[in-house]
Amino acid sequence: MSTLKSNAPKNKRTERNPGKEATETLGWWAAHRFLILRRLSQLTVLTLFLITPLISVKLIEGNLSSSRILGTVPMTDPLLALQTLTALHALELTAVVGALIVAGLYWLVGGRAFCSWVCPVNPITDLAAYLRRKLEIRNSHRLPRNARYWVLGLVLVLPLVTGVLVWELVNPVAMVYRGLLFGMGSGWMLIVAIFLFDLLVSQKGWCGHICPLGAFYGLIGKVSPLTVSAVQREKCDDCMDCYAICPEPQILPAALKPAKGDGPLLNTQDCTRCGRCIDVCSQQVFSFQINKPDSTDSQCRTQAGQQTITDQVSETP
Amino acid sequence: MSKQDDKVKSLARRRFLTDTAQAACATGLLGLGLTYVAEKSKAHDALALRPPGALPEEEFLASCLRCGLCVRDCPWDTLKLATPEDLIASGTPYFTAREIPCELCEDIPCVLACPSGALDPALTDINDSRMGLAALVDRTNCLSLQGLRCEVCYRICPLIDEAITLKRTRNERTGVHTAFEPVINPDVCTGCGKCEEACVLEEAAIKIFPRDLALGQLGEHYRLGWEEAAKAGKSFTPDILDLPDRLPEGVTL
Repeated sequence: MSTLKSNAPKNKRTERNPGKEATETLGWWAAHRFLILRRLSQLTVLTLFLITPLISVKLIEGNLSSSRILGTVPMTDPLLALQTLTALHALELTAVVGALIVAGLYWLVGGRAFCSWVCPVNPITDLAAYLRRKLEIRNSHRLPRNARYWVLGLVLVLPLVTGVLVWELVNPVAMVYRGLLFGMGSGWMLIVAIFLFDLLVSQKGWCGHICPLGAFYGLIGKVSPLTVSAVQREKCDDCMDCYAICPEPQILPAALKPAKGDGPLLNTQDCTRCGRCIDVCSQQVFSFQINKPDSTDSQCRTQAGQQTITDQVSETP
Repeated sequence: MSKQDDKVKSLARRRFLTDTAQAACATGLLGLGLTYVAEKSKAHDALALRPPGALPEEEFLASCLRCGLCVRDCPWDTLKLATPEDLIASGTPYFTAREIPCELCEDIPCVLACPSGALDPALTDINDSRMGLAALVDRTNCLSLQGLRCEVCYRICPLIDEAITLKRTRNERTGVHTAFEPVINPDVCTGCGKCEEACVLEEAAIKIFPRDLALGQLGEHYRLGWEEAAKAGKSFTPDILDLPDRLPEGVTL
């Protein structure tokens, strides 16, 4: 606690401008590479969708709900496919295969990687988070982090009750893409609402607390081989830059502090694999890591187990 | 010590219960709101028509992924995806006959594009599609019914003389002329909307409506005598009913 207090002025500065130290020591590119790559990824996906109707090559058509690559390979939002299931509709094989492909893809690249590398709402809520830091907006209604699982459950139950794919009527993730590709109508209002919600009502409110699609991809990513890990956590100098930048900062302490008895892997369910912690850390604590899916869990557990054993040993005398 | 443990435990339990109750209530409220939205989305703009092969509206709302692949593959730009303010479920495909009607492509690209089966792949002959049903709703302003030679709806109909026929009726105004009344056959009409688009009036006198709006329905118990007779091969009632003769007193036949 005392160290935190003595560092207070520095923390205040870094909170408003996290990554400054990393830029100074590692260079601009190293301190921003994953941010830039993510924006490029988000733009590329959108651009491919946008230009396909204009050219003769059918690169990718449709939208994030369901699409078709090169006129053949189907892609379907797996959560949407599950909703049709609870609405008691038997999907055609095309959509089933599409859903399996997308679920498999995001299992491979880390579940919520969808959130930070593809989802069109991410730049909107990132902008809100950025402005919150710059304008020092501190007040925030704290929503429970598990609210999203309640919403996810609701999204899957309501089709059974109403016979309608209810979530798709209001789903902002689908609406942004549908709006950009097929005509926005009044859909922009929902986008503005989410931006203002994140900016003024609840910090990281939408993506970090409510979005059921994020929750769903989180469940897929729980057993994903691609993870972010605080491999060099002993180098951590408590600058708090990663806390300021991470969309899910509640997952950081367990991975950063061996005293908590956990392995260095960031919680695979909540982590969006955005890589911003890797960017802003001047001590290069974090890095992407590929694990064998079955060893991920056991590795954590053994480390945690060893930790508790040593704790006990030191306590006994 | 154990008392304190109990206190901590009971606090944790209390906290768990209140948190869960709070989350359940919030979820319930959100669910109520969303159910309201869902029920509203079942209301269907009478002039918004579904693409060929669309499942009945109730199933359609449970199956359409709102991906827009049918829109992309429609060569005539007929189909659109509904925006949130449209009076039809947001994101679902529809067309407005008066603007761009369905051209009845023989290979039905929109159905082939559909990944979910919301547009039924069982539809292979476009003439079997039932997107809606034409109805001559305004008999006052229809030029043909006023005895003028228009019949544009009849001429443009892709199934001319099958889906729309002309019935010759007496022109009551002149007393000497014939009026050509367009008559729609609901067993053949696909609801493509060519007639509504072509109607020369400022506001079309012939319009396409979703079939559940345009069609009446016989009571389930109701049987049409002549159809039953044809099925059975014989009439169920004697051909000539011999009713008892009731004559004034003292009169005989």
